[in-house]
Amino acid sequence: MVEYFYLITVLPLVGFLINGLFGAKIRNEKVSGIIGSLMVLGSFIITLLAYLNITSLPQESRSITIPLFNWITTGSLNISAAYLVDPLSVTMCLIITGVGFLIHVYAIGYMHGDRGFARFFAFLNLFIFAMLNLVLGDNMLLMFLGWEGVGLCSYLLIGFFYEKKFAGDAANKAFWVNRIGDFGFMLAMFFIFMNFGSLNFAAINAAIPGSLVPVSMFTIITLLLFVGATGKSAQIPLYVWLPDAMAGPTPVSALIHTPPMVTAGVYMISRTSPLFSMGPIKMEVVMIIGCLTAFMAATIAVAQNDIKKILAYSTVSQLGFMFMAMGAGAFSTGIFHVTTHAFFKALMFLGAGAVIHGMHDEQDVTKMGGLKSKMKITFLTFLMGGIAISGIPPFSGFFSKDEILSKLFFAGHYPVFAIAVLTAFMTAFYIWRLISLTFYGKPRYDEAHVQPHESPALMTVPLIILAVLSVVGGFIGMPHIIAPNFIEHWLEPVFAPALAILPEHHVVASTEYGLIAFSILVAVIAIIVSLKMFKSGDRLYAFSGGFYNLLKEKYRVDELYDKIIVSPLLWLSGIFYRILDVKIIDGAVNGTAKFFNSLSLDWRKIQTGIVQDYALFSVAGIIAILLYILLR
Amino acid sequence: MNNILSILIFAPIVLGIPILFFGKNEKLIKIYSLVISSGVFGLSLYLFSIYNAANPDYQFIERFQWVKDFNIFYQLGVDGISILMVMLTAFIFPVTILGVWNSVTTRVKEFYFLLLLLMGALFGVFLSLDLILFYMFWELILIPMYFIIGFWGGKNKFYANLKFFLYTMFGSLLMLVAIIWISQYLTPQLGKFTTDYLALKTVSPYIPEAIQVWLFVFFAISFVIKVPMFPFHTWLPDAHTEAPTAGSIILAAVLLKMGTYGILRFSMEMFPLIFMKYAWLLALLGVIGIIYGALVCIAQKDIKKLVAYSSVSHMGFILLGIAAMTVESIQGGIIQMVNHGLSTGALFMFVGFLYDRRHTREIADYGGILKTMPIYGSLFLVIVLSSIGLPGLNGFIGEFMILIGSFNSPLLNNHTYTIAATTGVVLSAVYLLWMYQRVLLGPITKEENKTIPDLNFREIFASSLLLIFIVWIGVYPNTFLSKSEASVNKLIQNAQTIKTNLIKLP
Repeated sequence: MVEYFYLITVLPLVGFLINGLFGAKIRNEKVSGIIGSLMVLGSFIITLLAYLNITSLPQESRSITIPLFNWITTGSLNISAAYLVDPLSVTMCLIITGVGFLIHVYAIGYMHGDRGFARFFAFLNLFIFAMLNLVLGDNMLLMFLGWEGVGLCSYLLIGFFYEKKFAGDAANKAFWVNRIGDFGFMLAMFFIFMNFGSLNFAAINAAIPGSLVPVSMFTIITLLLFVGATGKSAQIPLYVWLPDAMAGPTPVSALIHTPPMVTAGVYMISRTSPLFSMGPIKMEVVMIIGCLTAFMAATIAVAQNDIKKILAYSTVSQLGFMFMAMGAGAFSTGIFHVTTHAFFKALMFLGAGAVIHGMHDEQDVTKMGGLKSKMKITFLTFLMGGIAISGIPPFSGFFSKDEILSKLFFAGHYPVFAIAVLTAFMTAFYIWRLISLTFYGKPRYDEAHVQPHESPALMTVPLIILAVLSVVGGFIGMPHIIAPNFIEHWLEPVFAPALAILPEHHVVASTEYGLIAFSILVAVIAIIVSLKMFKSGDRLYAFSGGFYNLLKEKYRVDELYDKIIVSPLLWLSGIFYRILDVKIIDGAVNGTAKFFNSLSLDWRKIQTGIVQDYALFSVAGIIAILLYILLR
Repeated sequence: MNNILSILIFAPIVLGIPILFFGKNEKLIKIYSLVISSGVFGLSLYLFSIYNAANPDYQFIERFQWVKDFNIFYQLGVDGISILMVMLTAFIFPVTILGVWNSVTTRVKEFYFLLLLLMGALFGVFLSLDLILFYMFWELILIPMYFIIGFWGGKNKFYANLKFFLYTMFGSLLMLVAIIWISQYLTPQLGKFTTDYLALKTVSPYIPEAIQVWLFVFFAISFVIKVPMFPFHTWLPDAHTEAPTAGSIILAAVLLKMGTYGILRFSMEMFPLIFMKYAWLLALLGVIGIIYGALVCIAQKDIKKLVAYSSVSHMGFILLGIAAMTVESIQGGIIQMVNHGLSTGALFMFVGFLYDRRHTREIADYGGILKTMPIYGSLFLVIVLSSIGLPGLNGFIGEFMILIGSFNSPLLNNHTYTIAATTGVVLSAVYLLWMYQRVLLGPITKEENKTIPDLNFREIFASSLLLIFIVWIGVYPNTFLSKSEASVNKLIQNAQTIKTNLIKLP
């Protein structure tokens, strides 16, 4: 069985090749869509088999390496293409292929009639392929292949509607910002190779206990890795690409925002957790950046009107939660939140797609309203997602978010905890603002021209499945005081090395109950306030002061980056080219040529052809020689 | 086939001569050239298959005395480094001929004759093991290249051509001085005046430093101009921009490699100590070239010029890899020479495809043509990505090996070079994807662009040949790395041994 696990990645690759090379020849939406979806379903099934396979093993041996071939072999560099199947990678693969499959099915309906249908499915399959490599790679370089691969696929898919300029701009922005993060990732690899002589996760982890590598080196490595994570996972200061990424078709947004595309950074930290556990500073940096990002993005989300933008900033904010968990040393909690977030955020993005679809490409929530009766399934499923992200038990988001909060609290990070609670409040607030403005109240659109309609079954069935998962998905990670925490136990072997180093925090049961009650209270208040405020239209306009505008304009960070990075870069390149290169360096080259040219022009003038001149020169020469001899 | 190397060199040259008598049948000339160059590629494949990768020494050596009085030898041999250069050369020519099939319409027979002459001469450069023989081939390259730019070049070709010719000639003359000087200087040690490279390199490392420095510099200047290394690069954008497509492809894909090959083969092997002493300078200028070239690229308005400046940036990586002198970095440098040949050659070919259709190289004249040329756009993107260094494609393998090798280089002993060079990875994405966006994405703004025909079968086929290797090296570089590994190991070990020997001496 094990020898067939490589098919997990091969199937989507085959799908990509079929649709990519022959899609234009197939010219049949059904064939392209079914091929694309079946390949992902196939790898989902094999992943399930892999899951069953490793659960049958004793806990300590739940780590299987599947070697494929030697990738780069030269000198001391020996990098193999090999997959690591362990609880962590299997969890991720299940999300990628499971949620990915639903998104594929949904996309068959959503992309119906698009000229680039086959191209779209080719890219989707390539995206799945890249994500799977990211999580399955048994060494950093193969992970980097997937890492860059998902970057490429977001580029391709964000720029899918390439005839629109903003799509191209957004695609480039995504790639460039990601590349800045990759710069950190690459440097981290160099440092790791220098210190551990390998890029293989198992080899690195084995070398850490008792190694002579100084603590400062771990700090450098992990901070560089974190730079990579901020790029991919849209954290401060590199989050700016993600909100623009909604230029792509909606199923893409769902795919970018949920399975390990943006959560790749969280996964990477999980995978390298032993490195992060060594010595101080780094975990705190991760936590604080996560906390700031979560808060900042939530404040922006409150003031956005574009349904996809609200969800995009919501993702940035939720990612901040995951990083807070990572920073607090709650690795499995972070992965748990990755999982539940994948369910409810995919659900809401696809739901938003259904709304946009039904509203004939309207994305502004202030121009919607009253859709609940016209799009019943979309409304109900979206509601499930909304309740889940707000943190109402027993919906999935409650368990994961609550556990992050409790881990922060018991680890003694009270300021971070306080901001996290505030952010949780805002989360419920902006999501219910979205729900109120979209589904409740009276229609604010032109009813004569726009007739909202429910989407076809191809789109609603994935919504229903995701809604069910959003409701029950949390049971895999119940608080200890209530029931055994399945996911924590399941991931234990992966995080054991790191947790052995980190300090353990004592959980007080009575306090934990208190925290749970408190966080439910916060969510309920936020929902009630939000519903009251927005049921009948966008009341925020009533006090649209300067601060509200600042939020609406996203703190003008894009403009700031334009001013301090983009413009100087363009200016510098202009100076380098027009002055340094053309005038100075090439000027010197041409100057040398001109010098000899003019020298020969001047000297040519001596050759006048007049005999008297030549006689004069001869006489002058003779006199000079004579003088030299006499005066010597 | 005992003289397979000679056949490689002279088959294209000799079999090119009949083209001159073919008359006006252009199709026949093209087919004939394609057949000859493909046949030579086939021969190089055969050489590749019988080359013994485990043996680090020169193989298939041919040697006979050429000029008796001066002990100049006609001496050829191939090792793990040159075999990859030979393969690259042999591969690029048939692909180029196929790719530019209809681009040349005047003086057709002269064009193809010169191409085949160039092909043979390039083999000569990579296979010569006698300094005078090497010099002859090195200079012979200039003649076909001069005519290719001069006859079939663009508007500004006279200026560009003269600059290219004089600039590189200036370097070559210094090399000639150095060749005579070193042969003369080592006459007592060797018992005779000789330009036999294999004999010279055994004693040249022990020349007193004061003299060795000058020899090193004279050789090196000639090589770094060819690379071209910052700040000796300004001939390149002009020559590239004015050359016809085939000229640009070959110039970028193979001719530039003569410089880096020369540094590896001659500078490092003949003067290892001086090389190690000044490696930091080479690395520094390489890194400056990476960043400088990339920044200058951002400001370009002409696609061809942009690709030309990108070469300055990419060749900087190769220089860094060589200067770092670790197995990984030199191996990376060698594979990157091949990669640059494939990727930049392909970029020029694709610029040529556009130029053939629209007769403009201005980025601003395009925009949105992905809609009219979807196949072109897709293939072009893969090539751009390979040039950017996307993992899974060839460029990444070379860049990664160079960077990780130079990072841990005991010779450079400084992480700053690599860290600075790594920014090139970000910058290359900036200028290439921005170019891609301005040419292919967005709405179509110009009427002429609405009807550009997409690539035809021949063009797709020619670019697919390049793409096969772009993917191959990205996925399984070991096919090629394994060929050069032994020779690179030996090169580095030799240098180390000489260094320890010299330290032992009082």
